[in-house]
Amino acid sequence: MSAARPDPVRSSSWTVRVREAGVAALPPEKLLPDGQPTYVASWIYVFGVASIAALIVIIGSGVILSLKGPAWWHYTGIGHFINSVHLWAVELFFFVMVVHLWGKYWMAAWRGGRTRVWITGAVTFLVAVPTALTGYVSQQNFDAQWIATQAKDGLNSVGVGAFFNVTNFGQMYSYHVLLLPLAVVGLVAAHVLLVRRHGVVPPFELNERAAPLRSASPDSDSSAAGARS
Amino acid sequence: MSRLSELLAPRDDTQPWKGRYAHYDLVKEASIAVGIMALLAIVLSVLFSSPDDKPSTVAQWSRGTPVNFVTAATLELNGTSPTAEYGPPYNHNAAGQHAWFLRPQKWLAVSHPINTANDFVIDPLRTVSGDPTLRSAVAEYQAAPEKTKKAWGEAYAKPLEEYETAAEEKKTLPKTVTLDSTTDAVSVQVSGAGPVPRMMAGLLSLAQSGGLDGSLLTSKQFFQTDYTKPLLFMSDGGLLTERAEGQHLLGDQWGMMNETGSYPGQTWLWLYTVWYQVEPFKASQNADILVMLVMGLLSLLFICIPFIPIINRLPRWIPIYRLIWKEHYRSLAPTGRSGPSA
Repeated sequence: MSAARPDPVRSSSWTVRVREAGVAALPPEKLLPDGQPTYVASWIYVFGVASIAALIVIIGSGVILSLKGPAWWHYTGIGHFINSVHLWAVELFFFVMVVHLWGKYWMAAWRGGRTRVWITGAVTFLVAVPTALTGYVSQQNFDAQWIATQAKDGLNSVGVGAFFNVTNFGQMYSYHVLLLPLAVVGLVAAHVLLVRRHGVVPPFELNERAAPLRSASPDSDSSAAGARS
Repeated sequence: MSRLSELLAPRDDTQPWKGRYAHYDLVKEASIAVGIMALLAIVLSVLFSSPDDKPSTVAQWSRGTPVNFVTAATLELNGTSPTAEYGPPYNHNAAGQHAWFLRPQKWLAVSHPINTANDFVIDPLRTVSGDPTLRSAVAEYQAAPEKTKKAWGEAYAKPLEEYETAAEEKKTLPKTVTLDSTTDAVSVQVSGAGPVPRMMAGLLSLAQSGGLDGSLLTSKQFFQTDYTKPLLFMSDGGLLTERAEGQHLLGDQWGMMNETGSYPGQTWLWLYTVWYQVEPFKASQNADILVMLVMGLLSLLFICIPFIPIINRLPRWIPIYRLIWKEHYRSLAPTGRSGPSA
């Protein structure tokens, strides 16, 4: 004999309320759609997922470097190779992210209640810049010495240097391997979930153009159109 | 809707999609993307590797260019080096940069206190044992009135600065400063410098032995990760700048976005770097805060693009969207116009 389950609608459980709100905002078919509006047919759409892919490579190579410690890559061949992968993944990340941002600008991708999608994407780019900078000053080589002694002046001039000291390797390393990556990953997660929720921005004057077409959607909720970013 | 409100909040012409859907495998695409990006990063690593120029040390600096080291150390002792006259967050000897009424450098005060005479010269010298002459020289210097210290320091610094200037301008070097090529010791023919020559000889010897590197780093505790003092001391000398110039890393060489060797650096800082190349920033004593404020404003505008008139209309007016949604518009071509009415 089983006890009757509480009515989830009236439940006072915080857990149930969070679940209800989560599922309402992002039902599974929205979160992981298996269909895409036919207008999502351009190479420009690739750069969103490519940005996330590059970020995954950065995190993967960064985790290996973190596991072995900051000096390892200077005196081992495999360490230097992993550092190279980390560096080039960063270069790729910024390249594809910039193309992605330009693409979204020319789509005016903030339309239709998507301003938060734009804002989270733009802030991600801005937070990625100090994330990379803290990596550069954590290299423990001449490049790190020079960048630290130069970057301090700009940061000191606006008072940031009082609590963010680029010549303090320990502090910069903490920012680079934990604090700023957490911020970037959190922002990217929020960005992707917002894309999932609102869908990929449609072309201009979609309503006029779509009228003759008949729906063949696997998902009756059109706002679940978003899959790519 | 008024024209102004239309500019601030452009008409939302997005409607629920009633058209066709194509099959799409999100997880598969993401997995393939990760594979491709990993492969690209690996191929680039195999082809180009990554730069790793060894760091400079105070020992290298003092051995390679002893006169430059002694000159910089004398300026630290006299309180006239760039670090000594920096202001916050290192000391109160200057107000720091400002823009109009904004003085955040001053407002945030001194958070990493550095007394260049004590931290870079006197305290390290006091760690040297077994040298009574040096110990008495330091004691004599510390006991002297400030006016006397200044006179000693300036007397000793003058021929050194003349030597450095002549070397920089590739002129005949003055004979008041001589370098012993076998011991790398620096001799300065000067009178009225009190104990400063002995102190500087001791500091040079300590630096050349490698002891000053450790002394600057571990002045507070054994485990140390804060390289502020050795980095600031070295940046007051010429070694870092000389190496950076050779690698095109100076500010007027677009150095902020460059990397050692021929590698791409932080190219995403190009807009930050460009301001340092143009007036009024280039010649301004407050260039750093001005550039930071400009970049802060531009960053804010970047975030707020959806709300900025004109900027948020450009994508409608400049039909790049026709390329992006080329297939979509082609599929609809027989039904009417092929672009939005701006």
